[in-house]
Amino acid sequence: MMPENKGLSIYRKIQFLILLAVFTLFSPTFSFANEEENVKTQEISAAHPETSEATAHESHAEGHAAYNPGKMILDHVKDAHDWHILDYNGHAVSVPLPVILYDNGFHFFMSSAFEHGHATVESKGNYYKLFEGHIYNTDASGAVSVDAKGKATNTAPTDFSITKNVFALLLGAFIIVLIFFTVAKSYKTRGKSAPKGLQSIVEPLIIFLRDDVIKPSIGKHYGKFLPLLLTIFFFIFINNLMGLIPIFPFGANLTGNIAVTMILALVVFFVVNFSGNKHYWKHIFMPDVPVGLWVLLIPIEIIGVILKPFVLMLRLFANITAGHIIILGFFSLIFIFGEKNIVAGYGSAIFSVIFTLFMSVLELLVAFLQAYVFTLLASLYIGSATEEHHHAEEHHAGAKNAH
Amino acid sequence: MSILEILLETVSADPSKLGAAIGAGLAAIGAGIGIGNIGKSALESIARQPESTGDIRANMIVAAALVEGAVFFAIVLCLLILFV
Repeated sequence: MMPENKGLSIYRKIQFLILLAVFTLFSPTFSFANEEENVKTQEISAAHPETSEATAHESHAEGHAAYNPGKMILDHVKDAHDWHILDYNGHAVSVPLPVILYDNGFHFFMSSAFEHGHATVESKGNYYKLFEGHIYNTDASGAVSVDAKGKATNTAPTDFSITKNVFALLLGAFIIVLIFFTVAKSYKTRGKSAPKGLQSIVEPLIIFLRDDVIKPSIGKHYGKFLPLLLTIFFFIFINNLMGLIPIFPFGANLTGNIAVTMILALVVFFVVNFSGNKHYWKHIFMPDVPVGLWVLLIPIEIIGVILKPFVLMLRLFANITAGHIIILGFFSLIFIFGEKNIVAGYGSAIFSVIFTLFMSVLELLVAFLQAYVFTLLASLYIGSATEEHHHAEEHHAGAKNAH
Repeated sequence: MSILEILLETVSADPSKLGAAIGAGLAAIGAGIGIGNIGKSALESIARQPESTGDIRANMIVAAALVEGAVFFAIVLCLLILFV
């Protein structure tokens, strides 16, 4: 149960840093994969239900229009260049995040320069405008041409900004590193005595995963894949939990960003297919069925190689995003009723808060369950790719006996 | 006018939304039926052999996650229709 080596070797540390760098470096370029919705634009002054004392700056006043729950929910579920906390008297209170653009040279500025999409930013002679969450090249007047479906047709620079999701990713990575280096150090100093503190929560999880999920699925060589699968589990679990906390630096919908889950699924895809042994590929291209069925089964198997990680990506994304939308929807009920009649708003607040509490408890379960299912399926796929070929000998022995 | 014409008139502004809504509802029904069946078999098996509760619970969760994967595929398609 206790590791015998004295801490992490230098190779382990390098591997760990490379994995961390891959996770963090690729996500900025993909962090805007979520599509924009196509609602008729209305000026909104939707108030975010939770408040915080984080440092914030106020922007110019926006008109007080009807509450648009669809836009509010989608804005909070998607990525953004600033961290919107609440609306106060029509001003949007938000924490600005750095904007990093590459457009024949790097441009750095804070997203407060965009003034929530109202201002055109000039940087090194280029003009940029924030439209529906994306940054586009424009001219000094800030014109953004929009096609029939409401999508902008301007060119866009490559966007490497630290957006809400990138910030949450870095924060989650920092928290994970903190937790696990602390636990590793306490194992080193406490030796074989009973676990104490953080060890007591981390050790049962790791033992449970290793003994009930990873070792039965992969078999003898589970040690090779144990770090990857544990990393995947804790990454998903801790980021799911962080997305549920409504207070400022948490509460970003990271694992509900399809780009992030796509990278996780891609990692599983590459690991499965690069560690697939001869028997794995034989089962795909020459399965153990009568030759007449090969024309049917081989395309299915090939599609399955792509489809299984794809469904992994989709399952995690849809579960987490749906949970966030439900909770935000319950809160929106308060404001929808409040628009009609302020007393109805206060009255519905009680029911909304109770239902939201219930949904949040369910979301806690979903957070753990989705991490568990992702890890379980990943280890099952890796296990099927690396398993030794047992049953062929039994087939041949059975065939020989039959003859 | 027939009932179908009346229905189609009410959604004539954007009939794709009707399709997306019905699709999402059908997907929810599919999820309910599928996972309900899994739960039913799991409960019956646990009642027959209580000492294998742990094994059965783990396999039930795996099967439920796989079924949900298919359902979420349908839901994401409906979301794509509505918002893209």
